[in-house]
Amino acid sequence: MTAGLVLEQAFNGLQFGMVLFLMAVGVTLAFGVMNLINLAHGSMLMLGAYFIAAAAQKITAYPLAFVAALMLTAVAAVLLEVVVMRPLYRMGHLDQVLATFGVSIAVNEAVIMVWGREAMFVAPPDWLDGTVALTETISYPLYRLAITAVAALAGLALWLLLARTRLGMRIRAGAENGDIVGALGVNVRLLFIGVFVISSLLAALGGVMLGPLIAVQSGMGDPLLILALAVVVIGGVGSLKGALVASLAVGLIDTFGRMIWPQWLGDVVGNIVANASVYILMALVIAVRPSGLYGNHAA
Amino acid sequence: MLLGLLLAVALIVPLLGQPYYTRLVARMAIFGIAALSLDLLVGYAGLVSFGHAAFFGIGVYCAGLLPMMGVQQVWVIVPVAMLVAALYGALSGLISLRASGLYFIFITLAFAEIVFYIAQGLRMLGGDDGFRLPAPTLLPGGASLANPVVLAYTMLAALVLAVWVARRLSESHFGQVVVAARDNETRLRAMGLSPYPYRLALYMIASALCALAGVGFANLVEYASPASMSWVVSGEFLFMVILGSAATIVGPVLGAVVFVGLEQLLSAVTEHWLFWLGIVLVLRVLLLRQGIHGLLAGGGQR
Repeated sequence: MTAGLVLEQAFNGLQFGMVLFLMAVGVTLAFGVMNLINLAHGSMLMLGAYFIAAAAQKITAYPLAFVAALMLTAVAAVLLEVVVMRPLYRMGHLDQVLATFGVSIAVNEAVIMVWGREAMFVAPPDWLDGTVALTETISYPLYRLAITAVAALAGLALWLLLARTRLGMRIRAGAENGDIVGALGVNVRLLFIGVFVISSLLAALGGVMLGPLIAVQSGMGDPLLILALAVVVIGGVGSLKGALVASLAVGLIDTFGRMIWPQWLGDVVGNIVANASVYILMALVIAVRPSGLYGNHAA
Repeated sequence: MLLGLLLAVALIVPLLGQPYYTRLVARMAIFGIAALSLDLLVGYAGLVSFGHAAFFGIGVYCAGLLPMMGVQQVWVIVPVAMLVAALYGALSGLISLRASGLYFIFITLAFAEIVFYIAQGLRMLGGDDGFRLPAPTLLPGGASLANPVVLAYTMLAALVLAVWVARRLSESHFGQVVVAARDNETRLRAMGLSPYPYRLALYMIASALCALAGVGFANLVEYASPASMSWVVSGEFLFMVILGSAATIVGPVLGAVVFVGLEQLLSAVTEHWLFWLGIVLVLRVLLLRQGIHGLLAGGGQR
């Protein structure tokens, strides 16, 4: 394996890790602030991808379609929060798992009802269609680099929001004790809608950007959701730092694993190990640290 | 009693000579066993497993693989399936049961995904597509489970046996410790009892029982594929348990009957029945809340 190939895979792993981070951060925020397990989070990624596919058919300017897709997801997120999620915050984990699982089944079928069973395809914008020379022999798609950059920017923006703004302070306080924040005169209802919309937008951003790379179809968000859940558990539920570290680790392990394991262990066993490696890692982490790398309390 | 009435109806249906309804009864009995086995964990032990389909799938694959080696006898296939499932239950339970609450939900999901990817990766067995059962499971005396009537009666008998075992288990000293660990783990520990070995034993029993349902399912659809152990199936099992209210033994069986009925009914009416199933699931949680509360005391509350 050449140095150039390793470099290319490292970029791929980084990009995959950052998309996972966009998913995982929403899962961990929703749990940290609203105490909500949200299995419908993959649906938000899928909706983002469908919305950009639909918007791109009507709007030729990519930035406009991009914004339109995110705004449509935000509307869907507000509706979902008000109708289904809000009553769930005070219920047990089992109820949350079942209700959000129900939402994900329903949304998966709803997109089929609207857009049909056939996969949709989205073209990346022309101005991101080129490649960048990594070394003299190896070039890398500009679009994939852009995904990594946008995801990193979104992560940075989220960190600034949480660490440096009044809203962020309220969100962090809400994660500590929602009742007291409410008693101090903060509108907790609105705050929770805000957190849910931010979470959903981050997932949708992942979907919007993945659209041109993978087929846009029903259930496309589910494998990513399950990986994101693994990321959250590995990193420690509620920890943003944990989510970042675990996302990058999982992204790299998964990407390199798909290259390395089949070479070492042969096709069949190698592919199985490559597919299951993240979950094996998760089991190992839980065996050593039952509440994840950066989790300090049992959730 | 409700269960007795259901059983009476179930026993009469296969005699009517309508294969569709006979298979429906078999399907209900199979999922009844699966839901019952999950209820042992969710209802009695407060352990919300989101990976129970793994054990179902292990049963399905054992029923598909053993006939390839020329083994068709039920008294070999069922014990092997249950043993393999119990072993994987022990292996995964050893680690999973160290975690609690949210972590337990996701770690069980991870262990199920591992089995799923093993099945999917076995290309000689059709990989993602799975494979057709080479031959059905045979009862002593040569009756074949490929015959819907035989299958229905066999699975009904297995269900009755499972209900009996579950009831005995819940009344035993063992069962009481498990329930006590769910309700107040601290107090149990103060009494000098560690819940861990009890939970592990229960986890293995529930795994084995679910594999039994898997063997039945393989014979019902005459097919084995990774889809039988996907996370959606795990979610459906949980739905069955909660639909009928957990920790009651009758409940999950009822839940399975209603779920299978609903599935058939909705899919007959609309192509998009999954949409409505999802809606029903959400409504069940939001509006029909009786019988669920207090279920997760211990593991569920922060």
